[in-house]
Amino acid sequence: MAVTTTKTVAVDGNTAVAEALRQLNPDVMPAYPITPSTGIMQSFTSFVSNGKVDTEVILVESEHSAMSAAIGASAAGGRVATATSSQGLALMWEMLHIASGYRLPILMALVNRALSAPLNIHGDHSDGMGMRDCGWIQLFCENAQEAYDNTIMAYRIAEHLDVRLPIAVNMDGFIISHSIESMQFIPDEEVKKFIGEYIAVDPLLDIDNPKSIGALVLPDYYMEHKRAQHEAMTKVQKVVQDVSAEFAKLFGRKYDIFETYRLEDAEVVLVALNSAAGTIKDEVDRYRDKGIKAGLLKPRLFRPFPYEEVGAALKNAKAVCVMDRADSYGGFGPMYMEIASALYPHRGPVLFNKVYGLGGRDLMPLDVDQVIDETIEVAKTGKAKMAKEYITVRN
Amino acid sequence: MSTTQEKPMTLKSLSHKQDLLSGGHRMCSGCGAPTIVRQVLLAIDEPVVIANATGCLEVSTCLFPYTAWRVPWMHSAFENAAATASGIETMYRSLRKQGKLKKEMKFIAFGGDGGTYDIGFQALSGAMERGHQLLYICYDNGAYMNTGIQRSSATPFGADTTTQPAGSKIQGKTQRRKDLTRIMAAHNVAYAAQASPHNWKDLMTKVKKALATNGPAYMGIVAPCNRGWRTQTNDSILLSRLAVDTCYWPLYEVEGGKWTINYDPKDKKKPVTEWLKPQGRFKHLFAPGNEGLLERFQKYVDQDWESLKKLQEMSKS
Amino acid sequence: MKQMNWKELPHAGTILKAGNANEYKTGSWRSLKPRWIEENCIQCLFCWIYCPDSAVMVKDEKMTGFDYDHCKGCGVCAMECPGKKGSKAIVMEEEGK
Repeated sequence: MAVTTTKTVAVDGNTAVAEALRQLNPDVMPAYPITPSTGIMQSFTSFVSNGKVDTEVILVESEHSAMSAAIGASAAGGRVATATSSQGLALMWEMLHIASGYRLPILMALVNRALSAPLNIHGDHSDGMGMRDCGWIQLFCENAQEAYDNTIMAYRIAEHLDVRLPIAVNMDGFIISHSIESMQFIPDEEVKKFIGEYIAVDPLLDIDNPKSIGALVLPDYYMEHKRAQHEAMTKVQKVVQDVSAEFAKLFGRKYDIFETYRLEDAEVVLVALNSAAGTIKDEVDRYRDKGIKAGLLKPRLFRPFPYEEVGAALKNAKAVCVMDRADSYGGFGPMYMEIASALYPHRGPVLFNKVYGLGGRDLMPLDVDQVIDETIEVAKTGKAKMAKEYITVRN
Repeated sequence: MSTTQEKPMTLKSLSHKQDLLSGGHRMCSGCGAPTIVRQVLLAIDEPVVIANATGCLEVSTCLFPYTAWRVPWMHSAFENAAATASGIETMYRSLRKQGKLKKEMKFIAFGGDGGTYDIGFQALSGAMERGHQLLYICYDNGAYMNTGIQRSSATPFGADTTTQPAGSKIQGKTQRRKDLTRIMAAHNVAYAAQASPHNWKDLMTKVKKALATNGPAYMGIVAPCNRGWRTQTNDSILLSRLAVDTCYWPLYEVEGGKWTINYDPKDKKKPVTEWLKPQGRFKHLFAPGNEGLLERFQKYVDQDWESLKKLQEMSKS
Repeated sequence: MKQMNWKELPHAGTILKAGNANEYKTGSWRSLKPRWIEENCIQCLFCWIYCPDSAVMVKDEKMTGFDYDHCKGCGVCAMECPGKKGSKAIVMEEEGK
């Protein structure tokens, strides 16, 4: 039964995530401000200054130190969170691998922003996609509500004893982080009950059982360490589904590893992450009204990627256009590569790739219409004109 | 709380304590660093947690599935021992504040000069400025020894390294070394000091003081490296003594703005050539025609020594 | 030590046996071996405090010999040994003699 005490508020994405972090009450939060995630840190430090949380904040001198301190704090034996974007995440890159290699359930609020150069502060997914090989669990969110809910669920997923991996919750910079939406907060005590007490695994501060964390590992053992880390990733999907089911039961909002929108009988399908999915849903409705069997698949869990389920969901479509808000220069867009892998066993729909919305460039309903129109054409002819193409760009 | 004054520290009394760094580590034969670590750990009476930068000490003391550490120990990367230690110490404070942890602990970060003076400089500066309750110790062997004796900003003037080798045009390092201990003192840390393993009593007293002080502390400790210095395996203590006797590496401490020289050789101050001569990395400085370089080296040492004495004089209340 | 497979590895590769490097013998690195000459020993314990390898054994405040499993033969102990009346209490000899 869903609880009835949720509170409806009008807040922006950063405020929503900061509120979730307040309720999660991590023991330590090292962070360094960077646009557009700064709002999370500013709201949170005001909670600290006003005694609303037990958290000790570390106002580090860089994001590299933010992640380093997060690793030290998490290994010491407690809950840790941080927030960043873009260049900040890029500066953390070295340490992201170490957080996952040490199996530390650190929570990161990642407000997606384009990577330099050229310098740009607006939203795209080049930062989040750049961390896809870092061993972190990655959840993507369409709006402030999803960002809040996923943040609330994050520790439950990351800290699960089968998992113990760091987790990043992504939302679009500015489009979500700075836009006010109507959404619902869960009462503090419900969140507290939902996340439960922290269980430390081999904490460094267990002084009576001294342990060494972070040994040098030579070729005789490196591969075994990595194999064990891979195994943990294989456990994530089920945990995400279980935690989401519990969340839905308690709070009424349902989440799965990906969201499908009018996909069941769809012949013409778009795949997109985050806020663009909202625009696409509207256009899917318009085309459905015109009698076109259009649909959308919006991944939520990007790492580990649910290939089997995504493949099964898309295999009956006639044409699928994968829309990437990031590029792997010289390759297809990163999401395209995942969808292609997912569809490989099915010899299913014709697949093609659009790169859109980089550096905060808007994706307008008309842009979506053009993509759907082209996908209809591809479905008819069985051939894509261009395997990969930039759209929302001046040619 | 400080235990500095309790009873005189003697080797006999210390010998009752368990070595917290076991044998069986893979540091080179005759390396100065493990002696320093042993002395540091023997000086402490409280439980201690260690963060270690990537470097010789780290790779050689904790090579999976073996560890030489009998205290909680953590390594994460090269440039971030101070940041990692910040995180550990902050979690400790948070859990203590919330009543989730009872025991008192001390926190030490170890880094070589590469991980401290150069790539780890920013993280160190940040941690010291933030005021964490931790002691950062740099074992300073004056080059990136772990990766094969490349130049660092701690490398002495004139030293031959694999990235600034002495050749026909360039006679080793052309710059003076960075004086990190003074830079740390300029952070107004609670305690900053230089020590040397030959003077174990001074070193261990400083460790005790540093940990008893309220706030961040920094210690630079000279760490002879026979591979990089091109010396014998048996002379690490001899060379650390000569570094002090020549005033290349003065023993001093800075507490609450007060500078104290702990050992002043006065008229027994030896020419720096006595320290340089046994080291293969300075061999070219003794070649005919390079007398000027030796003079310059001596001048740098004298300048630093004189200014240190002035700092001591000026800070006398 | 038998090599573990990936399922047998400790969580996150954390080493839980503090100080187990002691099981790893570095004595074979030696080319020179320290020999203790007890009659010249004044029990100053300099050899103990300066040993990089924790390989000088001390019991009841007295040096009792070397841990040859770990001594790498650097010779710092012999160098720093003050001895008695000019005679060293530690001398380095070629290994295998």
